[in-house]
Amino acid sequence: MYNFKNGRELLDICKKYDKKIWKIMILREEMNTGKSYDEIFEQMKENLNTMLSAVDKGINNDKKSISGLVGGDAKRLKERYMNSKTLSSKRTLKATAAAMAVLEVNASMGQIVAAPTAGSSGILPGVIYMVKDEFSVEDDELVKMLFTASAIGFVIAKNATVSGADGGCQAETGSAAAMAAGALVELEGGTPEESLEAASMTIKNILGLVCDPIAGLVESPCTKRNAIGATNALISADMALAGIKSVIPFDEVVEAMYNVGKSISPTLKETALGGLAATPTGRSIAKKIFGEE
Amino acid sequence: MKNYSAFEIIGPRMIGPSSSHTAGAAKLGKIALLFVKDDIERVDFLLHGSFAETYKGHGTDRALMAGLLGINEDDESLRYSLDIAKEKGINYKFIPTDLGEVHPNTVKFIIYGVNGEIVEVIGSSVGGGSVKIIEINGMKLEVIGEYPTLITKHLDVPGAVASISKILAEEEINIAYMNVFRQDKGKDALMVIESDHKLDEHLVERLKNSSEKIKEVYMINGL
Repeated sequence: MYNFKNGRELLDICKKYDKKIWKIMILREEMNTGKSYDEIFEQMKENLNTMLSAVDKGINNDKKSISGLVGGDAKRLKERYMNSKTLSSKRTLKATAAAMAVLEVNASMGQIVAAPTAGSSGILPGVIYMVKDEFSVEDDELVKMLFTASAIGFVIAKNATVSGADGGCQAETGSAAAMAAGALVELEGGTPEESLEAASMTIKNILGLVCDPIAGLVESPCTKRNAIGATNALISADMALAGIKSVIPFDEVVEAMYNVGKSISPTLKETALGGLAATPTGRSIAKKIFGEE
Repeated sequence: MKNYSAFEIIGPRMIGPSSSHTAGAAKLGKIALLFVKDDIERVDFLLHGSFAETYKGHGTDRALMAGLLGINEDDESLRYSLDIAKEKGINYKFIPTDLGEVHPNTVKFIIYGVNGEIVEVIGSSVGGGSVKIIEINGMKLEVIGEYPTLITKHLDVPGAVASISKILAEEEINIAYMNVFRQDKGKDALMVIESDHKLDEHLVERLKNSSEKIKEVYMINGL
């Protein structure tokens, strides 16, 4: 009844029952697991709390990761938006710094929530932290954002992939950003259609992005790609709320992303054999961390 | 194509940095621990492929040890597991090696108990935090551990499997999947039974005491 295979079916179900995406996702979960609405809602609230603690931990801390590659940049960016005239808006930078904070916590072996993966775990907490802080959004509304996001992530995971090893960074941080964009639109009163427009534009903006982590570690450039993912989500959400539409519909964008992912060389899919990982500096960092090539 | 739950998309909660190299590694340690009866004196971790190449940066070493200490993959004490092991007097070594034709993220635990017991377990972290145990004490098998799982070591003779399934029927445990892994004809065999129902110690004891054909029984109640 509430199960769907793609974006089109999700929109049809939303229309049929006259409900938002987040609500359909909870009803679907109830139906598939037999758990109660409250149980499901509370379970997601725990994820929200873990996400927000990760932001708090990372944004006020300059602890380095085990390898020493990342750590302290979220705090640096926060200090700038708190104390200086900035080029981007404070809101954008707040979401960006928060996204980086979570990746820094992840890299220093702290607790995070995969969303949808560990390597892209900063983007949703980033935008959620910002709207909570800037618009005083209640926690229950933030939990709903996570359900909206999970519906979009589900469609991508089912029809394409959310793994960098399978589809490159476009599949990993691209999916996280699309999920965040859709959730932001729904929070701001947008329709389910507008949520998917935002998700489409988000993926299109980074289509083809490769996964080339230095030394094979979930650290660099992952942290900054989470930063740009949060920004991408905010801008795409604003575009959708302005009534801007994606020329290509969501399901076709997802399919295109999957096909692009398949044609990306294996050296650019989390193997650390190409891209930034294969630069002289990238290689020398790897050598320093692991003692050999 | 899987019908993912919302919590497979937003989740799991875990200690970073990597679901396969950290969370999965901790799960492997947790399963390996099930087969150890003694207190642990020393562990050699033989690391293969990507585990061998990147274990330091991903904290795979700390995660594997954490699992052996019973620390969960979402527990922040995971990162201190090597210190905790030292405090408990457990010696350890991480040895990059080649384990042959196995998944790139594979480890062989050689666990030495204080009373001379030696347990060897080989397992792989196959992605997204999912794991697979492929060998226990030289015997091949396949254990995923996502469902409640029983592992029995029994004699490869007529009636051994039937006597196990009869007890499960009496205990009203539904068998979802069942696989027998015979090592040598007429010698030991392993059986892996996955069920929808939670398992308990009582069942393990009953199976152990039911027949001389059944030598050992282990259970995993979901990871």
